[in-house]
Amino acid sequence: MDAGEEKRKRSAGRLCCLCKGNKAALKRPKTLEQICKECFYAVFEEEIHTVIVDNNLFKAGERVAIGASGGKDSTVLAYVLSKLNGQYNYGLDLFLLSVDEGITGYRDDSLETVKRNEVQYGLPLKIVSYKELYGWTMDEIVKSIGLKNNCTFCGVFRRQALDRGAALMRADKLVTGHNADDIAETVLLNLLRGDIARLGRCTQITTGEDGPIPRCKPFKYTYEKEIVIYPYDLCIYSPNAYRGFAREFIKDLEKIRPRAILDIIRSGENFRISNSTKMPEQGMCERCGYISSQKWCKACVLLDGLNRGLPKLGIGRARAP
Amino acid sequence: MGSCGGGGAGGGCQSECFRDREGDEEDSLRTEDLKRCSGSCSGDQSPANDGRGLCNKCREIAAVYNNLCGACFRFSLYGKFKVAVTSNGMISPTDKVLVALSGGPASRIALEFAHEMQLKAQKSWDASKDQALPVFGVGAAFIDESIPLRPSEVVQKAIEEMRFRVSQLTPPPKVFHVASIGSLLSADTKDGTGLNALLETISDATGKEDLLSYLRMLSLQKIALDNGYSKLVLGSCTTTIACHILSATVKGQGYSLPADIQYVDARWEIPVVLPLRSCLAEELSMLCHLDGHEIHQVFDQPCSGINNLVSSFIARVQEENPSRARTILRTAEKLRPFHFNRLSENLSYEMLPSRVRRKLQTAANAEFTPSELLCPICGGPLTESDVTRLKSTVSKSSRRHEAFAAHCCQSCCSQILPKELPSLEHFYSLLPVAMRGRVKDAASPGNHWLRDQIEDCLLSSDED
Repeated sequence: MDAGEEKRKRSAGRLCCLCKGNKAALKRPKTLEQICKECFYAVFEEEIHTVIVDNNLFKAGERVAIGASGGKDSTVLAYVLSKLNGQYNYGLDLFLLSVDEGITGYRDDSLETVKRNEVQYGLPLKIVSYKELYGWTMDEIVKSIGLKNNCTFCGVFRRQALDRGAALMRADKLVTGHNADDIAETVLLNLLRGDIARLGRCTQITTGEDGPIPRCKPFKYTYEKEIVIYPYDLCIYSPNAYRGFAREFIKDLEKIRPRAILDIIRSGENFRISNSTKMPEQGMCERCGYISSQKWCKACVLLDGLNRGLPKLGIGRARAP
Repeated sequence: MGSCGGGGAGGGCQSECFRDREGDEEDSLRTEDLKRCSGSCSGDQSPANDGRGLCNKCREIAAVYNNLCGACFRFSLYGKFKVAVTSNGMISPTDKVLVALSGGPASRIALEFAHEMQLKAQKSWDASKDQALPVFGVGAAFIDESIPLRPSEVVQKAIEEMRFRVSQLTPPPKVFHVASIGSLLSADTKDGTGLNALLETISDATGKEDLLSYLRMLSLQKIALDNGYSKLVLGSCTTTIACHILSATVKGQGYSLPADIQYVDARWEIPVVLPLRSCLAEELSMLCHLDGHEIHQVFDQPCSGINNLVSSFIARVQEENPSRARTILRTAEKLRPFHFNRLSENLSYEMLPSRVRRKLQTAANAEFTPSELLCPICGGPLTESDVTRLKSTVSKSSRRHEAFAAHCCQSCCSQILPKELPSLEHFYSLLPVAMRGRVKDAASPGNHWLRDQIEDCLLSSDED
C-alpha cells in the first residue's frame, strides 16, 4: 500500500461512521466505532430510550424515585431520564432520592452534588437520613459498637433506606444507576460463589415486581466507560476505583473484546436455571412491614439490638428473637 | 514451633516440633510417636509438614500430597474416576473406548485409569466361569495440530513417546491413532496450508483458538467412527471445565453451556464422556509427577485473547481459595442439562450391575425435550432468539454459505464467521465437509426436528 493511499484511508477513517459527515471525535467504547460527539450523545440516549420502551419500564403518570448517590452513574441517570421524559413524553413524575448515613465528612461532597443536580435538572430532592428512618446515625452506631461490624449495619440500613424513602415519598418505582459492568460483575461473582438463585435473578431489569415498589435499572446495557464519557464532554478521564478482582477482570476483557460485557449479560439472561431452584421466600417483617424472609427483617433485628444495648445481636450467627 | 501445644521437653507431643533434637532416633520410633501424637496434637498435619506427616488414610506411610501418601492419593483419584464411570454408565462391557491424548497430564491419567479398569475387567473375565460379559476395548488417539508455525520435531518426539507408552499398556493391547486436523479439510495439502488459510480468514484470536478446538473434536469423532469406537473419553478436569464455564459465559454462550460440562455428552455421533470431571488439574499433575509420566505440553503455546485471560483469572481465584474451581463447577451443574446429556437410550441395562441400574434410572434429571437445533460450528444448542433469527433469514439466504451462517449461534457468528460476504464464502469453502454437512443434513427430510422448527419458512420458499 503506498503512502498516499494509506493517508487517504486514514483521513476517511476519521469521519464519523454513523453520520458520515462530522469528524469522528471518539472511539465508542461499546462498539469501537469512530463517531462524532453529536452521534455519541444521540446513540447513548437512544439506546436507553429503547431499553425503557422495549422493557416497559414505566407507565405514564408514575411517580419515579431516582436513587441518587452523587456518583457518576446516578448523576447521568438523573439527567438522561429527565431529558428523555421531556423528549418522549413518558409522563413521569421524577424526583431524586438520596440517603444520608450520618457519617461526618463522608457524604458531604456527594450530597452537595445531589443538591446541585436538584437545581440543574429541576428535579425535587428528598434526602432520607438514617437518623430519620432508624433513630441512629452511623456515627452514633460506631460509637456504640466500635469499628468492627459497622459495615453490616450500614449495608443493611442503606439497602432498606432507598425503599423506605421511596415509600415515604409515595413513589411507584425506584430506578438505580446500575450499569452493564455492574451486572456483568454480579453474574461472575454469583458464578464464583455458587449462588444459583441470585444468578437467575441478577440480570432481570426490574426486580421486586410483586413488592410495593419495584426497582429497575435503565442502564442495564450501558457501559460504565460511556457513562464516564457522557457528562465530561468527551474527556478521556476514567476512574480507577473499580471494585475488586472481578471488576479488574471485566475491564481486561473489555480491552480485548468490548462486546464481552454484553455477552456476559446475555449469558446471564439465557442461563437454563432449573425451575426447581429454591428462591428465598419473601414474607413481611412483623415489626415494620418491609419484605423479609424471616419473622423480623434484618434492619429491625439490628435496630432492636442497638436499642437494647446489645449491638452484637443479629451479627454473625445470632438468631432473631 | 510449638503450634501443637505440646509444652517443654517433658510434654506429651513429640512430633515435628522436636525433630531437631530427635534427629538421630530410629525412624520406627518416630513413626510410633507421630501416631500417638496425632490424636491429641492440635497442630495441623497439612502440607505445612512438608510431607513429613503420615498419610491420613493408611497412617503408615509419609504423606506426599493433600495429607495422603502416594498410593492412597492415587487410589482416591482412581476412585473418583471409577465412580464417575460406573454411576453414569459411561463404559459398558461391549464398548470400545477411545481416549483422546493431548500430551498433558489429565489425558495421560485418563488413559492410565482406563487401562487399569480394563485390566481388572480382564482379570475378572479370566476368572469367571461362564465368561458371559465381554471386556471393553481401549484405544488412544492424538490429534496433530501441526501447522507450519509449530516445531514439528517436538511434536514427533512427543508422538513417539506416547506411542511407546500406549504400547506398554498391555494386556490387552491398545491401538494408538494419530491424525492431523488438516486431513479433515478438503483443500488441505500435506503441509497444512488449508488449515492455515482457514484460520487466516478469522480475525479474532479467540475465534481462531475455538475453531481449532472444534476441529479437534471433529477429528476425534472421525477416528472413533472409522475405527469402530463407541465412546470417546476426554481428560477434561474440574479446572479446565471451570475455565470453560467462565469463558463460555464471557462469550455469551450461557444457554448452551450446560451441554458441555456434563459427564456425558451424546450429541455427537460417538458419545463423549468426561470421567475426570471431579479431579483438579493440580491433582492430576501431581499424580503424573509421582508416577513418573513424561508430560508433553506440545500445544501448550501461549494462547491469547479471552481464553488466556480466563485461565489466568481462574488461576488467581484458585490461589485465593483452592476450592473455587469446584464451586464454579457446582454452580454451573445446577443449570439444566440437555436431553443428550445422558446415555440411557443407548444403554443396555442388562449389562450393568443392579446397583448401577437403579442409580441410572433415578438420576434421569435431564429435561426431556424432543430435539435441539445445534450450531454447525460449535455444536452448541441454539437459543430461542437464535432460532427466531434463523427462521427469518433461512428463507432469504439462497446461497449455501449464507444458509450456513444463518444456522450458526450468535457467539460463533461474532467471533468466528467473517463479516464480509466474499470472505464468508471463502471461509465456507475452506471448512471441512463434515462441518458444512451439518447444515445440509439439518435441512434434509430425515431431520424432522429442523423441519418442524422452520416449517413455515420452508413452505413459503416451496411456494415461490
